[in-house]
Amino acid sequence: MTFRIPMPEQDPEKRIQNFGEVALGYSADQAVSEAKRCLQCSEPGCIKGCPVGVDIPDFIECIKEGNFDEAIRIVRQKNHLPAICGRVCPHENQCEKFCLLGKKGESVSIGKLERFVADYERQKGFKISSKPTSTGKKVAVVGSGPAGITVSADLAKLGHGVTLFEALHAPGGVLIYGIPEFRLPKEIVRAEIDCIKKFGVSIKTGVVIGKTISLDELLEEFDAVFVGSGAGLPRWMDIPGEDLCGVYSANEFLTRINLMGAYLFPEYDTPIREGKKVAVVGGGNVAMDSARAALRLGANEVCILYRRTEKEMTARQEEIEHAREEGIKFKFLTLPTKILGDEKGWVKKIECVLMELGEPDKSGRRKPLIIKNSEFTIDVDTVIVAIGQSPNPLISRTTEGLQVTERGTLVVDGNGMTSKEGVFAGGDIVSGAATVIESMGAGKLAARAIHEHISQK
Amino acid sequence: MRIDEKGERIPLTIADFDAQKGTITLIFQEIGKTTKLLGLLKEGDRILDFMGPLGNPTKIEKYGRVVCIGGGVGVASIPLKAKALGEAGNEVISIIGARTKELLILEEELQKISDELYITTDDGSKGHHGFVTDILKKLIDERKNIDLVVTVGPVIMMKAVANVTRPHNIRTIASLNPIMVDGTGMCGSCRVRVDGRTQFTCVDGPEFDAHRVDFDHLMTRLQRYLTEEKLSLERGVGKDDV
Ligand SMILES: Cc1cc2nc3c(=O)[nH]c(=O)nc-3n(C[C@H](O)[C@H](O)[C@H](O)COP(=O)(O)OP(=O)(O)OC[C@H]3O[C@@H](n4cnc5c(N)ncnc54)[C@H](O)[C@@H]3O)c2cc1C
Ligand SMILES: Cc1cc2nc3c(=O)[nH]c(=O)nc-3n(C[C@H](O)[C@H](O)[C@H](O)COP(=O)(O)OP(=O)(O)OC[C@H]3O[C@@H](n4cnc5c(N)ncnc54)[C@H](O)[C@@H]3O)c2cc1C
Ligand code: SF4
Ligand code: FES
Repeated sequence: MTFRIPMPEQDPEKRIQNFGEVALGYSADQAVSEAKRCLQCSEPGCIKGCPVGVDIPDFIECIKEGNFDEAIRIVRQKNHLPAICGRVCPHENQCEKFCLLGKKGESVSIGKLERFVADYERQKGFKISSKPTSTGKKVAVVGSGPAGITVSADLAKLGHGVTLFEALHAPGGVLIYGIPEFRLPKEIVRAEIDCIKKFGVSIKTGVVIGKTISLDELLEEFDAVFVGSGAGLPRWMDIPGEDLCGVYSANEFLTRINLMGAYLFPEYDTPIREGKKVAVVGGGNVAMDSARAALRLGANEVCILYRRTEKEMTARQEEIEHAREEGIKFKFLTLPTKILGDEKGWVKKIECVLMELGEPDKSGRRKPLIIKNSEFTIDVDTVIVAIGQSPNPLISRTTEGLQVTERGTLVVDGNGMTSKEGVFAGGDIVSGAATVIESMGAGKLAARAIHEHISQK
Repeated sequence: MRIDEKGERIPLTIADFDAQKGTITLIFQEIGKTTKLLGLLKEGDRILDFMGPLGNPTKIEKYGRVVCIGGGVGVASIPLKAKALGEAGNEVISIIGARTKELLILEEELQKISDELYITTDDGSKGHHGFVTDILKKLIDERKNIDLVVTVGPVIMMKAVANVTRPHNIRTIASLNPIMVDGTGMCGSCRVRVDGRTQFTCVDGPEFDAHRVDFDHLMTRLQRYLTEEKLSLERGVGKDDV
């Protein structure tokens, strides 16, 4: 039985004082050694576990042989954003979950190898094959998250004219405004975006579809439209005190830090409150990111409050481990019921109750139930609410004929087409908050369908 | 808009526009770092990012007699509203107020488009010595039937206006100015309490029924970054900023 080659990391004591990347990446030797662990199964499970079906054993074999150029070429056949996926995919639930080695011991570090070849390629400089001949067709893509990027790249490669509209001033979606620098350096996202620009995609930032231009206006000018506007609307707990000063949605907290550079205040103009005692509510990646960002801003104590147990947390395992190493405390089976403020309207305390797990609910996770008379309070000066995001209703509210579910997601058929002819959608706007790779998968599917749709016209 | 790579995103009202020339007019008061930087720009200079228009447009209908009340730089958003209301067949009375004479803006424009214009200054350097609400009270007493009041300005003023009109059951609309980040409904920084419910000003507003807005809460939330704003301003406008 062999063990995984560990990836070098910044020391926890040191890294909580900076926003630099935590995991430092394999060296070429380390990557080759890790690649040698792969059994090259005749019926590899890993490929089935990958939502976009990367040819995993093949690219690992190339790494083993030291042929990194070929390795990245194989990855890129299926995955446009390997440097990003290698860092943020929940590998333990996907490819690595099905790896044969994992059945008895430790699976191959597929994600880390993917990251290695992608970083190798970026450091060498991207090669762009010559531009395809133009088909004369035009497609508008709304939202520049992983779904929008994938659709744009796929269609541009086929020779269609793609214009990508983004509401914010920087493209990248959650990759830019949500996931922090220490987990996904923004340099990498920008490099990937530059790459799709080279394919000929024109990116227009600061355009809010549904406000600046309506979806129907886009339909007049373009042959098809893809909506990849994500799930950007923060959910609240609906408990008293949520409007107090010092209570943030995770989106506001992370946007100030990542998109606006508030961690570099006052060099950057956007401020953020540097809480000393911070409570983060939630158990997903967003909660981990908020907690670890708060720590790096200088908090003395950061505590994650989650109403279920560690087993039900949806965050990537690595993030939970990293958060623990950094000294973040976890209070499980804890549900906030009230946020208390001082006379000036600032957060002072958060009141919680304890929970126990009952029968499994629809998601298969055991439903938390309140234990009577278990109230207690924690002193805090900042509360970050990270209990999930819903789709932003801006587009569906301002467009007629778009069918929406109760949860606010757009209804699409098997090809990603919405109830409106010529309008396709995918990513979090359809699935509800999910993952980077699933959004990309939806983007790939829609790109194929859009290609067929406009080629017939 | 955002002025440069390191800049903050700030919301400004479109005071006027000219579709033919493709221009918009912004009016701003230099109160902090971003607005001071904006003031340093010269003709032909560029603003890095601009996004808009956002929020919901004012609902223009025939109401009857409408009073538009602007305070300080909030006056900037009065002319477009007053003009449209006038064109819809309303009688438009405008009241504008400022701390002192020098801070009064758009007087001439409003003179042209309003049926009546009243001016107040806190220090009495021009027009009525006192607050816009003094005039409003007088108007209400003199001519019972006011159908709508529209108000934009400092929170304390909008709160006072709402308190004046509430007992008379006069419909009052306030345009709120909370701290914003994205302006697309993504962050919730701009949340306000209306009728006990949380609303996002950037997508649900900016105009709300003034009688249902929790103005004290808005005032508190506007103080969130006072320390940081002061620091930013004291640090001054550095070389790298222009
Ligand atoms: C903090 C955080 C951490 C996460 N960590 C992980 C992780 O580790 N691994 C993982 O797999 N997933 C993670 N996720 C989830 C993942 O990021 C999302 O599932 C994914 O980004 C969704 O992609 P998307 O393309 O559908 O939308 P988004 O990435 O949300 O992008 C949508 C874009 O559309 C723009 N937009 C919205 N409305 C309009 C409009 N009207 N006009 C123009 N543009 C518009 C938005 O500004 C945004 O840029 C995380 C999410 C968050 C918030
Ligand atoms: C919908 C709306 C329309 C507005 N229209 C105008 C206008 O037409 N003309 C005008 O001069 N001002 C307008 N404002 C106010 C303007 O946005 C602030 O004066 C500006 O952001 C101050 O930035 P600063 O860096 O110069 O000052 P700072 O020193 O950063 O802040 C001074 C004060 O401005 C407010 N403020 C700061 N940052 C923001 C922010 N990101 N969003 C909102 N408010 C903030 C706070 O009350 C703060 O205490 C409007 C605000 C809103 C919400
Ligand atoms: S399942 Fe694991 S061991 Fe088998 S081919 Fe895939 S990565 Fe290699
Ligand atoms: S400014 Fe972010 S939600 Fe309104």
